[in-house]
Amino acid sequence: MNIVICVKQVPDTETKIKVKDGQVDHAETKYVVNPYDEYAIEEGLRIRERLGEGKITLVSTGPERVKDALKSGLALGADEAIHLVDEAFEGSDPYATALILSKAVAKLDYDIILCGKQGVDEDHAQVGIILAELLDLPHVSVVTKLEISEDRQAVVAHREVEGGHEAVQAPLPSVITAQKGLNEPRYASIKGIMAVKKKVIPEWNATELGVEKNQAGAMAAKMTFLEVTLPPERTAGQVFAEDPVQDAIKVAHLLRDEAKIL
Amino acid sequence: MSNDVLVVAEIRDGAPKKITFEMLGEGARIAEQLGGSVHAVALGHGISEVASPLAHHGAKKIYLADDPALEHYTAEGYTSVLAHLIKDMQPALVLLGATTTGKDLAPRLAARLAVGLASDCTGFAVENGQLRITRPIYAGKAIATVEETQKPYMVTARPNVFAAPEPDTSLKATTETIPGDTGEIRAKVVEMIKEAGERVELTEADIVVSGGRGLKAPENFAMIEELAKVLGAAVGASRAAVDAGWKDHSYQVGQTGKVVTPTLYIACGISGAIQHLAGMKTSKYIVAVNKDPDAPIFKVADYGIVADVFRVVPVLTEEFKKMKAEG
Repeated sequence: MNIVICVKQVPDTETKIKVKDGQVDHAETKYVVNPYDEYAIEEGLRIRERLGEGKITLVSTGPERVKDALKSGLALGADEAIHLVDEAFEGSDPYATALILSKAVAKLDYDIILCGKQGVDEDHAQVGIILAELLDLPHVSVVTKLEISEDRQAVVAHREVEGGHEAVQAPLPSVITAQKGLNEPRYASIKGIMAVKKKVIPEWNATELGVEKNQAGAMAAKMTFLEVTLPPERTAGQVFAEDPVQDAIKVAHLLRDEAKIL
Repeated sequence: MSNDVLVVAEIRDGAPKKITFEMLGEGARIAEQLGGSVHAVALGHGISEVASPLAHHGAKKIYLADDPALEHYTAEGYTSVLAHLIKDMQPALVLLGATTTGKDLAPRLAARLAVGLASDCTGFAVENGQLRITRPIYAGKAIATVEETQKPYMVTARPNVFAAPEPDTSLKATTETIPGDTGEIRAKVVEMIKEAGERVELTEADIVVSGGRGLKAPENFAMIEELAKVLGAAVGASRAAVDAGWKDHSYQVGQTGKVVTPTLYIACGISGAIQHLAGMKTSKYIVAVNKDPDAPIFKVADYGIVADVFRVVPVLTEEFKKMKAEG
Protein backbone atom coordinates (compact mmCIF):
# COMPACT_ATOMS: atom_id res chain seq x y z
CA MET A 1 0.00 0.00 0.00
CA ASN A 2 1.54 3.28 -1.12
CA ILE A 3 0.31 6.07 1.11
CA VAL A 4 0.91 9.70 0.17
CA ILE A 5 0.23 12.35 2.81
CA CYS A 6 0.02 16.08 2.07
CA VAL A 7 1.33 18.21 4.91
CA LYS A 8 1.03 21.93 5.55
CA GLN A 9 2.97 23.97 8.04
CA VAL A 10 0.83 26.56 9.84
CA PRO A 11 1.10 28.99 12.77
CA ASP A 12 0.47 27.32 16.13
CA THR A 13 -3.21 27.75 17.12
CA GLU A 14 -1.97 29.47 20.30
CA THR A 15 -0.70 32.33 18.11
CA LYS A 16 -2.23 35.74 18.61
CA ILE A 17 -2.60 37.08 15.09
CA LYS A 18 -1.06 40.47 14.44
CA VAL A 19 -1.52 42.58 11.34
CA LYS A 20 1.02 44.91 9.78
CA ASP A 21 0.52 46.86 6.54
CA GLY A 22 -2.62 44.93 5.69
CA GLN A 23 -0.93 41.53 6.01
CA VAL A 24 -0.62 39.01 8.82
CA ASP A 25 2.62 39.78 10.65
CA HIS A 26 4.49 36.51 11.12
CA ALA A 27 7.59 37.99 12.79
CA GLU A 28 6.95 36.11 16.03
CA THR A 29 4.98 33.16 14.68
CA LYS A 30 5.84 29.67 15.84
CA TYR A 31 5.07 27.12 13.14
CA VAL A 32 3.68 23.63 13.63
CA VAL A 33 2.30 20.80 11.52
CA ASN A 34 -1.32 21.65 10.67
CA PRO A 35 -3.42 19.86 13.36
CA TYR A 36 -5.67 18.16 10.79
CA ASP A 37 -2.60 16.89 8.91
CA GLU A 38 -1.47 15.24 12.15
CA TYR A 39 -4.58 13.07 11.95
CA ALA A 40 -3.73 12.27 8.33
CA ILE A 41 -0.17 11.25 9.27
CA GLU A 42 -1.40 9.15 12.20
CA GLU A 43 -3.94 7.40 9.97
CA GLY A 44 -1.19 6.61 7.46
CA LEU A 45 0.90 5.04 10.21
CA ARG A 46 -2.08 3.02 11.43
CA ILE A 47 -2.91 1.75 7.93
CA ARG A 48 0.70 0.59 7.52
CA GLU A 49 0.58 -1.10 10.93
CA ARG A 50 -2.76 -2.81 10.27
CA LEU A 51 -1.72 -4.12 6.86
CA GLY A 52 1.76 -5.07 8.03
CA GLU A 53 3.22 -3.34 4.98
CA GLY A 54 3.16 -0.04 3.20
CA LYS A 55 5.22 2.96 2.29
CA ILE A 56 4.39 6.43 3.57
CA THR A 57 5.57 9.43 1.56
CA LEU A 58 5.02 12.97 2.82
CA VAL A 59 4.82 15.92 0.45
CA SER A 60 4.68 19.59 1.33
CA THR A 61 5.06 22.86 -0.50
CA GLY A 62 6.25 26.08 1.09
CA PRO A 63 9.44 27.88 2.11
CA GLU A 64 12.55 26.31 3.65
CA ARG A 65 10.98 26.14 7.13
CA VAL A 66 8.48 23.57 5.79
CA LYS A 67 11.26 20.98 6.09
CA ASP A 68 10.70 21.07 9.87
CA ALA A 69 7.09 19.95 9.35
CA LEU A 70 8.27 17.14 7.07
CA LYS A 71 10.87 16.10 9.65
CA SER A 72 8.16 15.95 12.33
CA GLY A 73 6.31 13.46 10.15
CA LEU A 74 9.46 11.45 9.46
CA ALA A 75 10.18 11.33 13.21
CA LEU A 76 6.74 9.76 13.69
CA GLY A 77 7.61 7.01 11.23
CA ALA A 78 6.92 8.15 7.68
CA ASP A 79 9.30 6.52 5.19
CA GLU A 80 10.05 9.43 2.89
CA ALA A 81 9.44 13.15 2.55
CA ILE A 82 9.68 15.45 -0.44
CA HIS A 83 9.81 19.22 -0.31
CA LEU A 84 8.16 20.88 -3.29
CA VAL A 85 9.91 24.21 -3.48
CA ASP A 86 10.46 26.87 -6.11
CA GLU A 87 10.40 30.67 -6.16
CA ALA A 88 7.62 30.32 -8.72
CA PHE A 89 5.39 28.67 -6.07
CA GLU A 90 5.37 31.63 -3.67
CA GLY A 91 1.93 33.12 -3.10
CA SER A 92 0.07 30.13 -4.55
CA ASP A 93 -3.68 29.99 -3.90
CA PRO A 94 -5.51 26.73 -3.06
CA TYR A 95 -5.91 25.78 -6.74
CA ALA A 96 -2.22 26.28 -7.54
CA THR A 97 -1.21 24.51 -4.33
CA ALA A 98 -3.34 21.53 -5.31
CA LEU A 99 -1.84 21.64 -8.79
CA ILE A 100 1.73 21.54 -7.42
CA LEU A 101 0.78 18.63 -5.13
CA SER A 102 -0.97 16.81 -8.01
CA LYS A 103 2.20 16.95 -10.12
CA ALA A 104 4.21 15.49 -7.24
CA VAL A 105 1.67 12.76 -6.51
CA ALA A 106 1.57 11.83 -10.22
CA LYS A 107 5.31 11.10 -10.08
CA LEU A 108 4.85 8.73 -7.13
CA ASP A 109 3.19 5.35 -6.71
CA TYR A 110 -0.02 5.89 -4.77
CA ASP A 111 -2.97 3.87 -3.54
CA ILE A 112 -4.38 6.36 -1.07
CA ILE A 113 -3.79 10.08 -0.53
CA LEU A 114 -4.42 11.54 2.90
CA CYS A 115 -4.78 15.25 3.67
CA GLY A 116 -6.05 17.32 6.59
CA LYS A 117 -9.56 18.67 5.99
CA GLN A 118 -8.27 22.25 6.12
CA GLY A 119 -5.28 24.36 7.06
CA VAL A 120 -6.01 26.22 10.30
CA ASP A 121 -4.38 29.37 8.90
CA GLU A 122 -6.34 30.57 5.88
CA ASP A 123 -9.18 28.07 6.45
CA HIS A 124 -9.93 27.50 2.76
CA ALA A 125 -10.65 23.77 3.23
CA GLN A 126 -10.17 23.24 -0.51
CA VAL A 127 -6.78 21.74 -1.38
CA GLY A 128 -7.46 18.04 -0.74
CA ILE A 129 -10.70 18.10 -2.73
CA ILE A 130 -9.21 20.09 -5.64
CA LEU A 131 -6.28 17.64 -5.66
CA ALA A 132 -8.77 14.77 -6.09
CA GLU A 133 -10.43 16.53 -9.03
CA LEU A 134 -7.10 17.34 -10.70
CA LEU A 135 -6.00 13.71 -10.40
CA ASP A 136 -9.47 12.54 -11.46
CA LEU A 137 -9.88 10.57 -8.24
CA PRO A 138 -12.89 10.29 -5.95
CA HIS A 139 -12.66 12.00 -2.57
CA VAL A 140 -14.24 11.66 0.85
CA SER A 141 -13.93 14.73 3.09
CA VAL A 142 -14.09 15.35 6.87
CA VAL A 143 -13.48 11.69 7.61
CA THR A 144 -13.72 10.43 11.20
CA LYS A 145 -13.25 6.69 10.59
CA LEU A 146 -11.47 4.87 7.79
CA GLU A 147 -11.48 1.18 6.86
CA ILE A 148 -9.56 -0.43 4.00
CA SER A 149 -11.35 -3.35 2.35
CA GLU A 150 -9.86 -6.81 2.65
CA ASP A 151 -8.84 -6.91 -1.00
CA ARG A 152 -7.29 -3.44 -0.53
CA GLN A 153 -9.16 -2.12 -3.55
CA ALA A 154 -11.58 0.21 -1.71
CA VAL A 155 -12.23 2.17 1.46
CA VAL A 156 -15.26 2.80 3.62
CA ALA A 157 -14.94 6.24 5.16
CA HIS A 158 -17.27 7.70 7.76
CA ARG A 159 -17.91 11.40 7.56
CA GLU A 160 -19.73 13.91 9.71
CA VAL A 161 -23.00 15.11 8.25
CA GLU A 162 -25.99 16.91 9.70
CA GLY A 163 -27.78 14.72 12.17
CA GLY A 164 -25.22 11.94 12.20
CA HIS A 165 -22.57 10.21 10.15
CA GLU A 166 -22.59 8.63 6.74
CA ALA A 167 -20.43 5.80 5.48
CA VAL A 168 -19.03 6.38 2.01
CA GLN A 169 -17.49 3.65 -0.10
CA ALA A 170 -14.86 4.66 -2.63
CA PRO A 171 -12.49 2.65 -4.81
CA LEU A 172 -8.75 3.11 -4.36
CA PRO A 173 -6.94 5.23 -5.17
CA SER A 174 -8.95 7.97 -3.47
CA VAL A 175 -8.26 11.20 -1.61
CA ILE A 176 -9.32 11.28 2.04
CA THR A 177 -9.40 14.48 4.11
CA ALA A 178 -9.05 13.97 7.86
CA GLN A 179 -11.31 15.46 10.52
CA LYS A 180 -10.56 15.58 14.23
CA GLY A 181 -11.82 12.37 15.82
CA LEU A 182 -10.30 10.14 13.13
CA ASN A 183 -7.64 9.01 15.60
CA GLU A 184 -5.45 10.12 18.48
CA PRO A 185 -2.06 11.16 17.05
CA ARG A 186 0.99 9.69 18.76
CA TYR A 187 4.03 11.62 19.87
CA ALA A 188 7.40 11.10 18.21
CA SER A 189 9.94 9.10 20.18
CA ILE A 190 13.25 10.71 21.15
CA LYS A 191 14.92 8.11 18.97
CA GLY A 192 12.72 9.10 16.05
CA ILE A 193 13.46 12.78 16.52
CA MET A 194 17.24 12.17 16.76
CA ALA A 195 17.22 9.95 13.69
CA VAL A 196 15.78 12.65 11.39
CA LYS A 197 17.76 15.60 12.73
CA LYS A 198 20.41 15.51 10.05
CA LYS A 199 18.30 13.88 7.38
CA VAL A 200 18.50 15.63 4.02
CA ILE A 201 15.06 16.10 2.53
CA PRO A 202 14.96 15.96 -1.27
CA GLU A 203 13.57 18.96 -3.13
CA TRP A 204 11.54 18.96 -6.31
CA ASN A 205 11.32 22.25 -8.17
CA ALA A 206 8.90 23.54 -10.82
CA THR A 207 10.91 22.09 -13.72
CA GLU A 208 11.24 18.67 -12.10
CA LEU A 209 7.51 18.66 -11.33
CA GLY A 210 6.49 19.95 -14.73
CA VAL A 211 4.71 22.98 -13.28
CA GLU A 212 4.78 25.85 -15.77
CA LYS A 213 5.83 29.21 -14.33
CA ASN A 214 2.42 30.68 -15.16
CA GLN A 215 0.55 27.87 -13.39
CA ALA A 216 1.58 28.65 -9.81
CA GLY A 217 2.50 31.47 -7.48
CA ALA A 218 0.91 34.87 -6.97
CA MET A 219 0.68 35.59 -10.72
CA ALA A 220 -1.47 32.51 -11.34
CA ALA A 221 -3.77 33.10 -8.36
CA LYS A 222 -7.46 32.70 -9.11
CA MET A 223 -8.13 34.29 -5.73
CA THR A 224 -5.98 37.02 -4.25
CA PHE A 225 -5.79 38.58 -0.80
CA LEU A 226 -6.20 42.34 -0.94
CA GLU A 227 -6.03 43.09 2.75
CA VAL A 228 -6.11 41.51 6.18
CA THR A 229 -7.60 43.34 9.16
CA LEU A 230 -8.33 42.44 12.76
CA PRO A 231 -11.96 42.00 13.78
CA PRO A 232 -13.36 44.69 16.07
CA GLU A 233 -12.57 43.92 19.70
CA ARG A 234 -15.55 43.00 21.81
CA THR A 235 -15.83 44.89 25.03
CA ALA A 236 -16.81 43.27 28.29
CA GLY A 237 -20.37 43.99 29.33
CA GLN A 238 -22.10 43.69 32.68
CA VAL A 239 -20.72 41.23 35.19
CA PHE A 240 -22.82 39.92 38.06
CA ALA A 241 -21.11 38.40 41.07
CA GLU A 242 -23.46 38.65 44.01
CA ASP A 243 -25.98 35.87 44.33
CA PRO A 244 -26.01 33.03 41.77
CA VAL A 245 -29.79 32.60 41.80
CA GLN A 246 -30.67 36.31 41.68
CA ASP A 247 -27.95 36.97 39.09
CA ALA A 248 -29.26 34.19 36.87
CA ILE A 249 -32.80 35.60 37.08
CA LYS A 250 -31.49 39.09 36.23
CA VAL A 251 -29.59 37.84 33.18
CA ALA A 252 -32.56 35.83 31.95
CA HIS A 253 -34.68 38.99 32.10
CA LEU A 254 -32.01 41.10 30.41
CA LEU A 255 -31.88 38.56 27.58
CA ARG A 256 -35.61 38.77 27.14
CA ASP A 257 -36.01 42.53 27.55
CA GLU A 258 -32.78 43.97 26.12
CA ALA A 259 -31.52 41.31 23.72
CA LYS A 260 -35.08 40.30 22.75
CA ILE A 261 -34.32 36.61 22.95
CA LEU A 262 -37.41 34.36 23.14
CA MET B 1 -20.67 36.02 -19.60
CA SER B 2 -23.84 37.31 -17.92
CA ASN B 3 -24.18 39.49 -14.83
CA ASP B 4 -26.43 36.96 -13.15
CA VAL B 5 -25.99 35.28 -9.80
CA LEU B 6 -26.70 31.56 -9.41
CA VAL B 7 -27.62 30.20 -5.99
CA VAL B 8 -27.12 26.46 -5.52
CA ALA B 9 -30.10 25.55 -3.33
CA GLU B 10 -29.68 23.09 -0.53
CA ILE B 11 -32.66 20.81 -0.13
CA ARG B 12 -33.40 18.84 2.99
CA ASP B 13 -36.48 16.68 3.56
CA GLY B 14 -38.06 18.12 0.43
CA ALA B 15 -37.66 21.81 1.32
CA PRO B 16 -34.91 24.40 0.82
CA LYS B 17 -32.83 25.04 3.92
CA LYS B 18 -32.60 28.48 5.54
CA ILE B 19 -29.13 29.09 4.09
CA THR B 20 -30.68 28.90 0.61
CA PHE B 21 -32.99 31.83 1.41
CA GLU B 22 -30.10 33.74 3.00
CA MET B 23 -28.13 33.30 -0.24
CA LEU B 24 -31.12 34.36 -2.37
CA GLY B 25 -31.38 37.58 -0.32
CA GLU B 26 -27.67 38.39 -0.59
CA GLY B 27 -27.53 37.12 -4.17
CA ALA B 28 -30.32 39.50 -5.21
CA ARG B 29 -28.45 42.42 -3.63
CA ILE B 30 -25.23 41.54 -5.49
CA ALA B 31 -27.06 40.84 -8.77
CA GLU B 32 -28.68 44.27 -8.64
CA GLN B 33 -25.27 45.93 -8.32
CA LEU B 34 -23.85 43.83 -11.12
CA GLY B 35 -26.86 44.59 -13.32
CA GLY B 36 -28.15 41.03 -13.43
CA SER B 37 -30.72 38.75 -11.79
CA VAL B 38 -30.59 36.06 -9.13
CA HIS B 39 -31.44 32.50 -10.16
CA ALA B 40 -31.49 29.21 -8.28
CA VAL B 41 -30.67 25.62 -9.11
CA ALA B 42 -31.92 22.64 -7.14
CA LEU B 43 -30.81 19.02 -7.49
CA GLY B 44 -32.58 15.97 -6.14
CA HIS B 45 -35.39 13.56 -6.84
CA GLY B 46 -39.07 14.47 -6.62
CA ILE B 47 -38.25 18.09 -5.85
CA SER B 48 -40.79 20.00 -7.98
CA GLU B 49 -42.25 21.47 -4.78
CA VAL B 50 -39.14 23.45 -3.99
CA ALA B 51 -39.76 25.83 -6.91
CA SER B 52 -42.43 27.92 -5.11
CA PRO B 53 -40.44 28.72 -1.96
CA LEU B 54 -37.39 29.56 -4.11
CA ALA B 55 -39.53 31.93 -6.20
CA HIS B 56 -41.15 33.47 -3.11
CA HIS B 57 -37.68 34.30 -1.81
CA GLY B 58 -36.64 36.09 -4.98
CA ALA B 59 -35.28 33.57 -7.50
CA LYS B 60 -36.18 34.79 -11.01
CA LYS B 61 -35.45 31.55 -12.79
CA ILE B 62 -35.25 28.10 -11.28
CA TYR B 63 -33.29 25.26 -12.78
CA LEU B 64 -34.37 21.83 -11.60
CA ALA B 65 -32.35 18.64 -12.03
CA ASP B 66 -34.73 15.91 -10.94
CA ASP B 67 -33.32 12.41 -11.23
CA PRO B 68 -33.19 9.27 -9.05
CA ALA B 69 -29.39 9.41 -9.29
CA LEU B 70 -29.48 12.82 -7.57
CA GLU B 71 -31.67 11.77 -4.63
CA HIS B 72 -28.63 11.52 -2.38
CA TYR B 73 -25.86 14.05 -2.62
CA THR B 74 -22.60 12.88 -4.17
CA ALA B 75 -19.72 15.25 -4.91
CA GLU B 76 -19.08 13.70 -8.31
CA GLY B 77 -22.70 13.55 -9.48
CA TYR B 78 -23.59 17.06 -8.33
CA THR B 79 -20.34 18.50 -9.75
CA SER B 80 -21.12 17.02 -13.15
CA VAL B 81 -24.67 18.44 -13.31
CA LEU B 82 -23.73 21.88 -11.99
CA ALA B 83 -20.62 22.23 -14.17
CA HIS B 84 -22.75 21.71 -17.28
CA LEU B 85 -25.31 24.28 -16.17
CA ILE B 86 -22.68 26.89 -15.22
CA LYS B 87 -20.84 26.50 -18.53
CA ASP B 88 -24.16 26.93 -20.25
CA MET B 89 -25.67 29.90 -18.41
CA GLN B 90 -22.36 31.68 -17.66
CA PRO B 91 -23.28 33.39 -14.38
CA ALA B 92 -21.00 36.10 -12.93
CA LEU B 93 -21.21 34.55 -9.46
CA VAL B 94 -22.11 31.13 -8.05
CA LEU B 95 -23.17 31.01 -4.39
CA LEU B 96 -23.11 27.79 -2.36
CA GLY B 97 -23.71 27.37 1.37
CA ALA B 98 -20.72 26.83 3.65
CA THR B 99 -22.49 23.76 4.99
CA THR B 100 -21.41 20.12 5.20
CA THR B 101 -22.57 19.61 1.62
CA GLY B 102 -21.45 22.96 0.19
CA LYS B 103 -17.96 22.66 1.63
CA ASP B 104 -17.58 19.22 0.05
CA LEU B 105 -19.04 20.21 -3.31
CA ALA B 106 -17.70 23.72 -3.99
CA PRO B 107 -13.95 22.91 -4.26
CA ARG B 108 -14.63 20.03 -6.65
CA LEU B 109 -16.93 22.18 -8.79
CA ALA B 110 -14.50 25.13 -8.82
CA ALA B 111 -11.66 22.81 -9.85
CA ARG B 112 -13.78 21.25 -12.61
CA LEU B 113 -14.40 24.76 -14.00
CA ALA B 114 -10.79 25.83 -13.23
CA VAL B 115 -11.95 28.93 -11.35
CA GLY B 116 -11.15 30.29 -7.90
CA LEU B 117 -13.24 29.74 -4.78
CA ALA B 118 -13.59 31.90 -1.67
CA SER B 119 -14.69 29.77 1.29
CA ASP B 120 -16.97 30.59 4.20
CA CYS B 121 -17.60 34.21 3.20
CA THR B 122 -19.28 36.73 5.49
CA GLY B 123 -19.53 39.83 3.31
CA PHE B 124 -19.74 40.97 -0.30
CA ALA B 125 -19.33 44.39 -1.89
CA VAL B 126 -19.33 45.36 -5.54
CA GLU B 127 -16.79 48.03 -6.45
CA ASN B 128 -16.38 49.06 -10.09
CA GLY B 129 -17.98 45.82 -11.18
CA GLN B 130 -15.50 43.82 -9.11
CA LEU B 131 -16.64 41.64 -6.24
CA ARG B 132 -14.85 42.28 -2.94
CA ILE B 133 -15.30 39.40 -0.57
CA THR B 134 -14.68 39.30 3.16
CA ARG B 135 -13.94 36.03 4.86
CA PRO B 136 -12.61 35.20 8.31
CA ILE B 137 -9.20 33.51 8.49
CA TYR B 138 -7.46 31.88 11.45
CA ALA B 139 -10.96 30.85 12.59
CA GLY B 140 -11.91 34.51 12.87
CA LYS B 141 -8.81 35.87 14.57
CA ALA B 142 -8.41 37.99 11.42
CA ILE B 143 -10.59 39.06 8.48
CA ALA B 144 -9.35 38.92 4.89
CA THR B 145 -10.66 40.88 1.93
CA VAL B 146 -10.19 38.79 -1.20
CA GLU B 147 -10.93 39.08 -4.88
CA GLU B 148 -11.33 36.42 -7.54
CA THR B 149 -9.56 37.04 -10.82
CA GLN B 150 -11.91 35.38 -13.27
CA LYS B 151 -15.61 34.72 -13.71
CA PRO B 152 -17.64 32.93 -12.73
CA TYR B 153 -16.68 33.94 -9.20
CA MET B 154 -17.47 31.12 -6.86
CA VAL B 155 -18.04 31.40 -3.12
CA THR B 156 -19.45 29.53 -0.16
CA ALA B 157 -21.50 31.73 2.18
CA ARG B 158 -21.47 31.22 5.93
CA PRO B 159 -24.89 30.34 7.39
CA ASN B 160 -26.56 32.77 9.83
CA VAL B 161 -24.75 35.83 8.46
CA PHE B 162 -26.98 37.13 5.68
CA ALA B 163 -30.63 38.08 6.19
CA ALA B 164 -33.21 35.92 4.41
CA PRO B 165 -35.88 38.02 2.67
CA GLU B 166 -39.48 37.76 3.85
CA PRO B 167 -41.29 35.39 1.48
CA ASP B 168 -43.63 37.09 -0.98
CA THR B 169 -46.15 34.60 -2.32
CA SER B 170 -47.02 36.87 -5.27
CA LEU B 171 -43.52 36.36 -6.73
CA LYS B 172 -43.29 33.98 -9.65
CA ALA B 173 -40.37 32.42 -11.45
CA THR B 174 -39.83 30.52 -14.65
CA THR B 175 -38.75 26.93 -14.20
CA GLU B 176 -36.43 25.02 -16.49
CA THR B 177 -35.63 21.35 -16.24
CA ILE B 178 -31.95 20.54 -16.76
CA PRO B 179 -30.40 17.15 -17.45
CA GLY B 180 -29.39 15.11 -14.40
CA ASP B 181 -26.29 13.80 -16.11
CA THR B 182 -24.15 12.65 -13.19
CA GLY B 183 -21.39 10.88 -15.08
CA GLU B 184 -19.65 8.08 -13.21
CA ILE B 185 -20.08 8.22 -9.42
CA ARG B 186 -17.26 6.40 -7.67
CA ALA B 187 -17.66 7.54 -4.04
CA LYS B 188 -21.12 6.49 -2.84
CA VAL B 189 -22.95 6.62 0.48
CA VAL B 190 -23.54 3.05 1.63
CA GLU B 191 -25.00 3.77 5.07
CA MET B 192 -26.48 6.63 7.10
CA ILE B 193 -25.86 6.45 10.82
CA LYS B 194 -28.46 8.77 12.33
CA GLU B 195 -28.09 10.18 15.79
CA ALA B 196 -30.80 9.46 18.29
CA GLY B 197 -33.17 12.40 18.69
CA GLU B 198 -33.37 15.68 16.88
CA ARG B 199 -30.26 17.75 16.95
CA VAL B 200 -30.05 21.42 16.09
CA GLU B 201 -27.12 22.02 13.72
CA LEU B 202 -24.45 24.06 15.52
CA THR B 203 -23.38 26.30 12.66
CA GLU B 204 -26.95 27.18 11.73
CA ALA B 205 -28.44 27.58 15.20
CA ASP B 206 -29.88 30.85 16.49
CA ILE B 207 -28.89 30.01 20.05
CA VAL B 208 -25.97 27.86 21.22
CA VAL B 209 -25.46 26.61 24.77
CA SER B 210 -21.94 25.25 25.34
CA GLY B 211 -20.34 23.41 28.20
CA GLY B 212 -16.70 23.15 29.21
CA ARG B 213 -14.39 21.69 31.79
CA GLY B 214 -16.33 23.45 34.55
CA LEU B 215 -19.03 20.81 34.16
CA LYS B 216 -16.61 18.37 35.83
CA ALA B 217 -18.17 15.18 34.38
CA PRO B 218 -19.82 14.05 31.13
CA GLU B 219 -23.19 13.32 32.76
CA ASN B 220 -23.46 16.97 33.76
CA PHE B 221 -23.98 17.88 30.11
CA ALA B 222 -27.59 16.86 30.80
CA MET B 223 -28.00 20.25 32.50
CA ILE B 224 -26.71 22.00 29.33
CA GLU B 225 -28.98 19.92 27.13
CA GLU B 226 -31.98 20.83 29.25
CA LEU B 227 -31.29 24.56 28.96
CA ALA B 228 -30.72 24.11 25.21
CA LYS B 229 -34.02 22.26 24.87
CA VAL B 230 -35.98 25.05 26.52
CA LEU B 231 -34.37 27.60 24.20
CA GLY B 232 -34.52 25.43 21.06
CA ALA B 233 -30.76 25.82 21.01
CA ALA B 234 -27.88 23.72 19.71
CA VAL B 235 -25.44 22.18 22.20
CA GLY B 236 -21.75 22.96 21.91
CA ALA B 237 -18.64 21.98 23.83
CA SER B 238 -15.19 23.39 24.48
CA ARG B 239 -12.11 21.58 23.26
CA ALA B 240 -11.32 20.58 26.86
CA ALA B 241 -14.69 18.82 27.14
CA VAL B 242 -14.20 17.08 23.79
CA ASP B 243 -10.62 16.03 24.49
CA ALA B 244 -11.78 14.61 27.83
CA GLY B 245 -14.17 12.40 25.83
CA TRP B 246 -17.34 13.97 27.30
CA LYS B 247 -18.70 14.98 23.91
CA ASP B 248 -18.07 13.91 20.33
CA HIS B 249 -15.89 16.25 18.25
CA SER B 250 -18.89 17.28 16.16
CA TYR B 251 -19.94 19.41 19.16
CA GLN B 252 -16.65 21.31 19.45
CA VAL B 253 -16.71 25.09 19.05
CA GLY B 254 -13.41 26.79 18.25
CA GLN B 255 -10.41 26.82 15.95
CA THR B 256 -10.22 23.05 15.50
CA GLY B 257 -13.99 22.70 15.74
CA LYS B 258 -16.87 24.72 14.42
CA VAL B 259 -17.13 28.48 14.06
CA VAL B 260 -20.57 29.66 15.13
CA THR B 261 -22.40 32.98 14.73
CA PRO B 262 -25.67 32.63 16.66
CA THR B 263 -27.77 35.46 18.07
CA LEU B 264 -27.05 34.17 21.56
CA TYR B 265 -24.12 32.10 22.83
CA ILE B 266 -24.19 30.85 26.42
CA ALA B 267 -20.82 29.57 27.66
CA CYS B 268 -21.10 27.43 30.79
CA GLY B 269 -17.94 26.52 32.66
CA ILE B 270 -15.74 27.56 29.74
CA SER B 271 -12.67 29.66 30.56
CA GLY B 272 -12.29 31.04 27.03
CA ALA B 273 -9.00 29.94 25.48
CA ILE B 274 -7.96 31.96 22.41
CA GLN B 275 -8.98 29.06 20.12
CA HIS B 276 -12.47 28.90 21.67
CA LEU B 277 -13.00 32.66 21.50
CA ALA B 278 -12.07 32.58 17.81
CA GLY B 279 -14.96 30.18 17.21
CA MET B 280 -17.76 32.15 18.92
CA LYS B 281 -16.68 35.77 19.22
CA THR B 282 -18.92 36.98 16.40
CA SER B 283 -22.08 35.84 18.22
CA LYS B 284 -24.48 38.75 18.68
CA TYR B 285 -24.91 38.25 22.43
CA ILE B 286 -22.60 36.28 24.68
CA VAL B 287 -23.44 35.09 28.18
CA ALA B 288 -20.69 33.56 30.31
CA VAL B 289 -21.05 31.59 33.50
CA ASN B 290 -17.81 30.76 35.25
CA LYS B 291 -16.66 30.78 38.83
CA ASP B 292 -13.26 32.28 38.00
CA PRO B 293 -13.72 36.08 37.76
CA ASP B 294 -10.47 36.31 35.75
CA ALA B 295 -11.57 33.84 33.07
CA PRO B 296 -10.91 35.39 29.61
CA ILE B 297 -14.47 34.52 28.52
CA PHE B 298 -15.72 37.49 30.58
CA LYS B 299 -13.75 39.88 28.33
CA VAL B 300 -16.07 39.07 25.42
CA ALA B 301 -19.32 38.49 27.36
CA ASP B 302 -22.21 40.94 27.26
CA TYR B 303 -23.56 39.40 30.45
CA GLY B 304 -21.26 37.56 32.82
CA ILE B 305 -22.19 35.64 35.94
CA VAL B 306 -19.33 34.84 38.29
CA ALA B 307 -20.66 31.75 40.03
CA ASP B 308 -20.76 27.98 40.03
CA VAL B 309 -22.41 26.71 36.81
CA PHE B 310 -24.33 24.11 38.82
CA ARG B 311 -26.15 26.85 40.72
CA VAL B 312 -26.79 29.13 37.73
CA VAL B 313 -27.75 26.93 34.78
CA PRO B 314 -30.81 25.25 36.39
CA VAL B 315 -32.12 28.71 37.40
CA LEU B 316 -31.71 29.98 33.81
CA THR B 317 -33.58 26.90 32.56
CA GLU B 318 -36.43 27.51 35.03
CA GLU B 319 -36.66 31.23 34.25
CA PHE B 320 -36.80 30.66 30.49
CA LYS B 321 -39.44 27.95 31.01
CA LYS B 322 -41.55 30.43 32.99
CA MET B 323 -41.11 33.14 30.35
CA LYS B 324 -42.13 30.77 27.59
CA ALA B 325 -45.20 29.69 29.56
CA GLU B 326 -46.13 33.35 30.02
CA GLY B 327 -45.71 33.82 26.27
